[in-house]
Amino acid sequence: MQNPSLQENAKPERRHFLELFLGSGIFASLVAFIYPVLRYIIPPQQTELGSDLVVAAHVGDLKPNSGKIFPFGSRPAILILTSDGKYHALSAVCTHLGCTVQYLPDVHEVWCPCHNGKYSVDGANISGPPPRPLDEFDVILKDNNIYVQRTQNS
Amino acid sequence: MSALANIRNWLDERFGWDELMAFVRHKTVPTHRFSYFYFLGGMTLFLFGTQVVTGILLLLYYRPTPDGAFESVQYIMTKVPFGWLIRSIHSWGANVMILTAIAHMFSVFFLKSYRKPRELTWLSGMILLFLVLGFGFSGYLLPWNMLSLFATKVGTNMTAQAPFIGHWILVFLRGGDDVTGATLTRFFAIHVAILPGLATLLIGLHLLLVQRFGMSVPPSVEADWKAHPERARELRFFPNFFLRELMAWYVVLAVLGCLSAFKPWELGQKADLFGSAPAGIRPEWYFMFMFQTLRFLPAKIGPLAGDLIGVLLFGAAAAVWTCLPFFDNDKRGRGKRWITGVGVFALAYFIGMTAYAYLAK
Repeated sequence: MQNPSLQENAKPERRHFLELFLGSGIFASLVAFIYPVLRYIIPPQQTELGSDLVVAAHVGDLKPNSGKIFPFGSRPAILILTSDGKYHALSAVCTHLGCTVQYLPDVHEVWCPCHNGKYSVDGANISGPPPRPLDEFDVILKDNNIYVQRTQNS
Repeated sequence: MSALANIRNWLDERFGWDELMAFVRHKTVPTHRFSYFYFLGGMTLFLFGTQVVTGILLLLYYRPTPDGAFESVQYIMTKVPFGWLIRSIHSWGANVMILTAIAHMFSVFFLKSYRKPRELTWLSGMILLFLVLGFGFSGYLLPWNMLSLFATKVGTNMTAQAPFIGHWILVFLRGGDDVTGATLTRFFAIHVAILPGLATLLIGLHLLLVQRFGMSVPPSVEADWKAHPERARELRFFPNFFLRELMAWYVVLAVLGCLSAFKPWELGQKADLFGSAPAGIRPEWYFMFMFQTLRFLPAKIGPLAGDLIGVLLFGAAAAVWTCLPFFDNDKRGRGKRWITGVGVFALAYFIGMTAYAYLAK
């Protein structure tokens, strides 16, 4: 005859073990289902190639006191020719919430229509919600082409 | 025995058809001076139905790619017979549905219909309202025009303000760091598969809860009926209330038909990833109160960005608003005064900010 107290003690232990086994098994399968899904919904990083130097325009394309949006890699940038004949190249992505800015010839400023943010032609944020200046790029004039190059620190 | 009676008997033997019908016959709706507000939920449900039907019809021609989306909507609007009607009803219907959903929420709030035992009905309704706003936001991008492109840039950028998981949400929504064709495919999947699935489940739960608890009677009417039981009135749900609701649906349909015929929904200019944001850009009316608030905030509040503060405040306000029924545990069942005050403030803020945004350009 078995010892009844021993039997009573053994049962919950065995049950506990089985519960733990089942629970961790289910947990492990859930992790195995969810992890690939979480990884799947975040797309792989794309490396940008050849976007450090682009031809933004040709000399004579822009009238003085005007601006032009051009693709710089995957993002828009803006080339501005000021009234005194100086070129500025800036990122056209507003530092506030990412709208694409435009040049306002009448006030000689860069303007974002989404929340009325304003920048000077060299990219400094002068009014409205933008928290940072626009990134400025180098402009190189060569053989009738206007090249824009990412500056070393931007 | 007629064929119809045969079918009925067949159903009755298997599913207890007569029992089910007896239940429908006995269902009643209380009638009092606020009864008209009972129509709002049904109207929202009807509009959801029209959105599903017109949405499926749009799917027959729509193409969710950056090269095809704008052109396919243009094709629907100009070439497909009655395409302009289907698409306009879908766009107008979305706006009217958001309006009736918001009206439904405020009427439930002020009539205190969320009191015990209906807290979960309120909670499921609030989640449904957020889903409906999600439908509006994701559907807005699908025609792939300039306004929708920049609305999506701004809207998704705001989610990036959320602490810790902000950037993750941004990449999840955009399918990358920027709004591109990848965003369009994602929003399409969210709009036509993920949200409809979730919404259908929650509508089922919401209706089940409404069914389980019956219609709520506002505290003032409830007190009056308790003191004078002879004043209590109710209406049979079927067919009396149902036919009245049907009339409300006809009115909604007539409004949608008029809006679509006289003011077909615009298509705008095709989205250009390298174009400047157009002047006068603004979100849909139901996001205007947030847009206007963010415009009032300065760029920096202390060490933090003004937008971050704004987004956090709106997130906190939405969370508090959703949980309000759990604070309104007044023993006498009348509901607490300050909670009504919060509701009045919320409604006034919503209407005031929206009106200001439109009037003060």
